[in-house]
Amino acid sequence: MTAPRDKFGRPVVVVTGMGIMTSLGAGKADNWSKLVAGQSGIRTITRFPTDGLKTTMAGTVDFVSVDPFSSTGLSERMAEMVTEEALDQAGIGAKGDFPGPLFLAVAPVEVEWPQRRELGRAVGKPDFTYDDLLRISGGGKYNAYHHRFMFGSVAAYLAETFGTKGSPISLSTACASGATSIQLGVEAIRRGETDAALCVATDGTVNPEALVRFSLLSALSTQNDPPQAASRPFSKNRDGFVMAEGAGALVLESYEAATARGAKILGVLAGCGELTDSFHRTRSSPDGKPIIGCMKKTLADAGMEPDQIDHINAHGTATPENDKMEYNTTSAVFGELAQKIPVTSNKSMVGHTISAAGAVEAIFSLLTLEHQRIPPTINYDNPDPTILFDVVGNTARDARVTAVMSNSFGFGGQNASLILTREPA
Amino acid sequence: MTDTPASKPGQTEVWITGIGLATSLGEGLDANWAALGERRINVDEKGFAPFIVHPLMPVSFDSQIPKKGDQRQMEAWQRIGTYAAGLALDSAGIKGNKDILSKIDMVVAAGGGERDLNVDTGVLTAEAKGANAPGFLNERLMSDLRPTLFLAQLSNLLAGNIAIVHGLGGTSRTFMGEEVAGADATRIALARIASGESDIALVGGSHNGERKDLMVLYEFGDFNLKDKFAPVWARKDHAGFALGSAGAFLVLESKAHAEARGAKPFAKLTSVVADLARRKQPGELTATLEKLWSKLPRGEGKGAIITGATGAEPATAEERTFLESHTDFPVRATGTMFGHTMETQFPLGIALAALSLSRGALFPPNDSTGLEIEMQGAPTQIVVVGAGHWRGEGMALVEAVS
Repeated sequence: MTAPRDKFGRPVVVVTGMGIMTSLGAGKADNWSKLVAGQSGIRTITRFPTDGLKTTMAGTVDFVSVDPFSSTGLSERMAEMVTEEALDQAGIGAKGDFPGPLFLAVAPVEVEWPQRRELGRAVGKPDFTYDDLLRISGGGKYNAYHHRFMFGSVAAYLAETFGTKGSPISLSTACASGATSIQLGVEAIRRGETDAALCVATDGTVNPEALVRFSLLSALSTQNDPPQAASRPFSKNRDGFVMAEGAGALVLESYEAATARGAKILGVLAGCGELTDSFHRTRSSPDGKPIIGCMKKTLADAGMEPDQIDHINAHGTATPENDKMEYNTTSAVFGELAQKIPVTSNKSMVGHTISAAGAVEAIFSLLTLEHQRIPPTINYDNPDPTILFDVVGNTARDARVTAVMSNSFGFGGQNASLILTREPA
Repeated sequence: MTDTPASKPGQTEVWITGIGLATSLGEGLDANWAALGERRINVDEKGFAPFIVHPLMPVSFDSQIPKKGDQRQMEAWQRIGTYAAGLALDSAGIKGNKDILSKIDMVVAAGGGERDLNVDTGVLTAEAKGANAPGFLNERLMSDLRPTLFLAQLSNLLAGNIAIVHGLGGTSRTFMGEEVAGADATRIALARIASGESDIALVGGSHNGERKDLMVLYEFGDFNLKDKFAPVWARKDHAGFALGSAGAFLVLESKAHAEARGAKPFAKLTSVVADLARRKQPGELTATLEKLWSKLPRGEGKGAIITGATGAEPATAEERTFLESHTDFPVRATGTMFGHTMETQFPLGIALAALSLSRGALFPPNDSTGLEIEMQGAPTQIVVVGAGHWRGEGMALVEAVS
C-alpha cells in the first residue's frame, strides 16, 4: 500500500514520536483532552509583578520549576521534558544515543533582568555606569551565566543529554521557528544524510521585557479579564495575540527505517514550504503573495492539490491583521474551498507559543489526524463577518481528516507551512 | 563522539560566486586583501579599555542601504550585515536581478540583541537608589524602550532586513549558536545546493564587536582579551579574544546555475562538516578536529589552513595540538587581523579562502610566535577551521576551480 519513497523519489518522512507541553499541561494525553474540551490555558501572570503593563495575562507554564529561574532555563527544561516523551513513544536508539541530528527552534537568548539586577546590586554603590557593571563581571563568579546565555547552550545540553549526532542546529525564524525545525529535519532525511532526526521547539519567554516589547508593537491582546477569553482568533473583537510558553518535540524517520524497526507510524510529513516576504519587518505584503506562494509551494512539495486538504490548522494569532490576511491568502489558494475546509486555531486555548508554535501545532494536527476530531477555536462568539472560514467554533468537531495544512507566519517576513497526513500519499 | 555527514561526492558542484566583506580592515575585497598583504591590524585599545576591539572601518551605509528609514530600523550589527550582503550580491553580479533574488535561499548566522545601555543602567541605578515598587521595571521599560528596538534585536531580523533592503524573496533561515552557527549555515546551504534542493544561496553573518553588553556576557566567562593586543598564537599566558566588527557574506551557487548566467567562481566549496565535542576531558576538542579533518576529501595539491581560533583557552591550545599534526598546511588565524567576530568568523574564513585561491596566493603570516609560516606558490585547497570559544566545531574545504 505504501511506498518508502514519495512521488518525487524522495524518502517518505514519518513521525514516530511526539512530546508536547503547553499552558494546558504536560504530555499528549493531558493536552489533547483539554484541547478538545475547549479549555483555555491562559491565566493572569503571577510569575512577576504586572503593575504598569497593559497586558497582564499569558499562557505561562507554571508547573515546571527551574532554579535559578531564567527564560532560557525554562525553555531548556521544557525541551528536555518533551524530548523524553517523544523518545519514549518512538522507542528509537538507546538512552542517550539518538541516531540522528537535532534541530532546535529556540527563542533568541540574552542576559535577563534577574541576572542583570544581581550584577547591579553587586556594584555596591548608588551611582554607577555600565563600565562598573563590566568591571565586576569577570573573575569566575558569574561563570555559569556565560554558559546559560550562550545562544547554543540549550541545543548543546539537549545534544549531550540525548546523544544526538553531529552539530545541533539552533534556529530562529520568529513565529515560524517550530515549522522550520521540522522542515530542516525533513530535508536532512530526504537528502539521505540520516534516517532519523529530532526536531524540538521551545519557548519559555514570558518575562517582563518580552511582554513590553510586544506591547510596544501593539501586538498583544489587552482583554485581560477574564484571561481565558483574551485570545479570539477570527472574531470581530479580536485585539492581538496572547504570549504563551510551551514546547514540542517530534521524532522524524524515513518510512523505510521506521518500518524496518517495527515502529508505529503516527503520521507523515508530506510537505514543507517557506517563502520570504520582503515587504515589511512586521507586516505582510498587502497583496499576500508571499503567503500564497508559501502555501502553494507546500502543496507542490507534497504533490497535492488544494482539494486534498481537509483541515487547516491556522496560524490564527488573533491579531487584527494576521487573521484577515490568513483568510484572504487561503482563499486565493483554495478558492471556494476556503469556506468549506474546517479551520481552527489552537492559539485560542494555548496562546501563541512563539518559537514553539510551529511544532506544537504540528503535533496537535497529528493528534487531530489520529483522533479524527478537530479541536475547537474557543471565544468564537462574535465571528468576523469578513472572515468566511468554516471555523470550528467553541466545540470540537468529529470529522474525516486525512491531510492537514499547518501554517506559521512570523516577523521578519517568515512564512512556513507544513502538510501532515495519516498515511503516505 | 558524534559526527555530521559530509556532503556526498558526486553531487552537484557548488561554487562561491560572490563575496561581501565589511571589516575592521576595510570594505570590499581589494581593501581587505591589501590590508592582509601589508599585515595591517586595526585595534582600539582605548575606547573600551581595558578591553580591546577591532572596530569597523567606517563605511557609507547609504551605498547599500539607500533608505535612511531602513537604516534607522536597524542596530549596527544589522546595518553591517545588510551592507555586506549587498556587497556579496554585487560581487556575484545579481544585485537587483529580480529573477534570481526572488528565489535565492538565505541562511544567516546571527547573534542578536544590541541593548540600550542607557535604559539598562537607568533601571539599575534607580533600583540601587531605592526604587522598589513592584511595577518599577515594567513602567520604565514601557516608557524608555524604543518600540522598534525589539526588531533591531531579534536574531532573524538580520535576514529580514536583508530581504527588505535587497529584495530577496526565496527562503530565509537564521541559525544561532555562536561560532558554529556560521559553519552550520554554510553546511546546510551547501547541502541544499549539492542535493538539488536549491540553486543559489546567500550565506553569512555579521557582528558588532563594539558592544559593552556583549563584553559583559563574555566577561562572565573571562573570555575577553585585556590590556594589550597580541596575535592569537601569542596569548598563551594572556588568553582571550578581542571582539571584532565584521560582516561576511557569500553567494553559493550550483556550477550549472553559475555557468548558465556566465558567472565566474572565486572557488569551489567542496565540503563543510561540523560537530559538538563534549569538551569535558582534555584532548576531546583536538580529537574532534582530527575527525572532521579526516572527513574532508582533500586533494594532493598545496594546501593551507585559515582558522578562526579565538585565543581563548583551553580551546586554542587544543586546536594548536591539532595544527601541529598538519604542519604541511601553513596556518593563518583570522582572529589576529579581524578580531573575534563570533558567528561571522567562519563565513569570513571561507571568504578569505576563496579570495586567496582566486588570487593565487595565501596572504602573509601575521604572528610573532612562528606558528604561521610563509607559503610559497599558489594554494589549490584551503581548509577553514572554526572551533568555538566554548562549544561547537566546524571545518570546510575550499578548492580552486581548475
